[in-house]
Amino acid sequence: MTYQVDEKGYYGEFGGAFIPEMLYPNVEELRTHYLEIMNEPSFQQEFHDLLRDFVGRPTPLFAAKRLSEKYQTQIFLKREDLCHTGAHKVNNTIGQILVAKRLGKNKIVAETGAGQHGVATATVCALMGLECIVYMGAIDIERQAPNVARMRMLGAKVVAAQSGSKTLKDATNEAMRHWINNPVDTHYIIGSVVGPHPYPDMVARFQSVISEEIKTQLMEKEGRNYPDYVLACVGGGSNAAGAFYHFLDEPRTQLIAAEAAGQGVGTGHSAATTFLGKSGVLHGSRSLLMQTEDGQVIEPYSISAGLDYPGIGPMHAHLFKTGRAHFYDITDEEALDSALELSQLEGIIPALESAHALAVLPKLQAKPQEIVVINLSGRGDKDLATYQQRLKL
Amino acid sequence: MNRISTVFEKASGPILNVYATAGFPKLGDTMLVLEALQEGGVDIIEIGMPYSDPVADGETIQQSNQISLDQGMTVALLFEQLKDLRKKVQVPVLLMGYINPVLQFGVERFCQKCQEVGVDGLILPDLPMAEYEAEYREVFEKYGLYNIFLITPQTKDKRIHQIDAVSKGFIYMVSSASTTGAKSGISSEQALYFDRINQMNLKNPRLIGFGISDRESFLKASSSASGAIIGSAFVKLLAKSSDLKKDIIAFVREIKGTN
Repeated sequence: MTYQVDEKGYYGEFGGAFIPEMLYPNVEELRTHYLEIMNEPSFQQEFHDLLRDFVGRPTPLFAAKRLSEKYQTQIFLKREDLCHTGAHKVNNTIGQILVAKRLGKNKIVAETGAGQHGVATATVCALMGLECIVYMGAIDIERQAPNVARMRMLGAKVVAAQSGSKTLKDATNEAMRHWINNPVDTHYIIGSVVGPHPYPDMVARFQSVISEEIKTQLMEKEGRNYPDYVLACVGGGSNAAGAFYHFLDEPRTQLIAAEAAGQGVGTGHSAATTFLGKSGVLHGSRSLLMQTEDGQVIEPYSISAGLDYPGIGPMHAHLFKTGRAHFYDITDEEALDSALELSQLEGIIPALESAHALAVLPKLQAKPQEIVVINLSGRGDKDLATYQQRLKL
Repeated sequence: MNRISTVFEKASGPILNVYATAGFPKLGDTMLVLEALQEGGVDIIEIGMPYSDPVADGETIQQSNQISLDQGMTVALLFEQLKDLRKKVQVPVLLMGYINPVLQFGVERFCQKCQEVGVDGLILPDLPMAEYEAEYREVFEKYGLYNIFLITPQTKDKRIHQIDAVSKGFIYMVSSASTTGAKSGISSEQALYFDRINQMNLKNPRLIGFGISDRESFLKASSSASGAIIGSAFVKLLAKSSDLKKDIIAFVREIKGTN
């Protein structure tokens, strides 16, 4: 069993490149060059220098003692929340903008939901002096005003997606349309392990620095280079892909994905794709997708704007289908409780997305000697308004 | 023989292909629109199957898709509306849409239904050539359906020849790098692209679409292809018309120059 993408762009039955002919030249150019570019020594040098000096990597692997005591196991937090811009998203945008430059592109388009990927894209565009357009659902623009302001301060143009449900899925549609209309000079920086091949594989490779560091850091701290569990939240699934990547073929490590159940899987207000989705095609790849019987995409719901996506990356659909990863559905309430718990036990306010991964802890029943690594994908500043309201602060 | 091939063989002038979103402007208007298009003298009809996320389409067609879906349109209902298609309409009919609703309906069941009601071909922009050849071609051909492929100004010559080899009926030539309805009219740069393709000696005829909205752009496009496709401009007409039959017939006659 392989968990890597095959030469046709598939993970088992999931993946592929279901794109209109208008996007074919761009996606094909990327497909034929991405590995070659990423393997160039000069690329590797520039990528790792920026991850170190600009992003602040390696991020710490923190032994969470009070949390460990509470759950009677050994818990480590991978501190992606300490990345510049406040989340793991920047690992991917740094990588992709270096690819874009080598492909001779001078403009960048991106989609964003909560605004984290938009900020990470605007940040690297400012760093590299490239023009940046970010599509964001009109409703998300209202919900996430601080991130909109950050993007604008960084020089990006933020465009409201007015179509459909006016959230992340529609922002992605609009970014793809923008790319169709500007095929020659523009690169599309997708923010997750979704989209047509080679995007899921390329984004997973850029994010794989997370599990690469976990291996080294665990070796230093614990004398073994694998944990018993890796926990990560999954919307599209980029932080999970990065946290799982180097453990995919490590049978001693259990991969645990936390999906946003919203108000509950059966309530009609949920984003738990593996529980509610069926195989289908959206945004260029075949994967699990929340949809009606007629094949129309259903708008998901989660308290966390970053997990509010009707699909899931094809790699994760494959991990689910093969049983390699175990998926938990976490409700809004459970995530909020866990966010409060981490804040008060460890002095770290997590992003709402990451709080979904933390909320697996009460259900996990890990043994005292076992090592549990939780990918703390982002910090909670952007969610303060929600925390204030829901936790009555 | 497939009706699409017959149209190209017998055509005496430029071929006009008109796109209409199914179930639009009102859910029950599908057949009325088709019959009026035929009465006006259209050569090929493209029926849009509405989809929640039509990435290759611009605002006009997106909105018509959403309105149609909100009114209750589904793939199953569309086939129901088309059950007497061939008692009333003789021109070739294509279904245009996105692959996901087809997958959920079941590819073979979908093709079978197409054959049953008398659909001649499909345009599925997010079904690329490689996937088509690997998974779909056999079943499409089993039910006599032509799959229409798109080419754009960015499509390389080698790929155009590959698409030509796989295509039947005609090739859908996208006039510029854009979604539908983005621009209007034909620039001199586009005319050069049309001529370049015209000189490639492809085995399939071409129809030019995207940006064709009136008689002038129709004739200009048709001078370097077998004809042209009008979509967004027609959907706009449907959206504002208060007398569908009369307006549709007048629209087609105006474009064809037969009024």
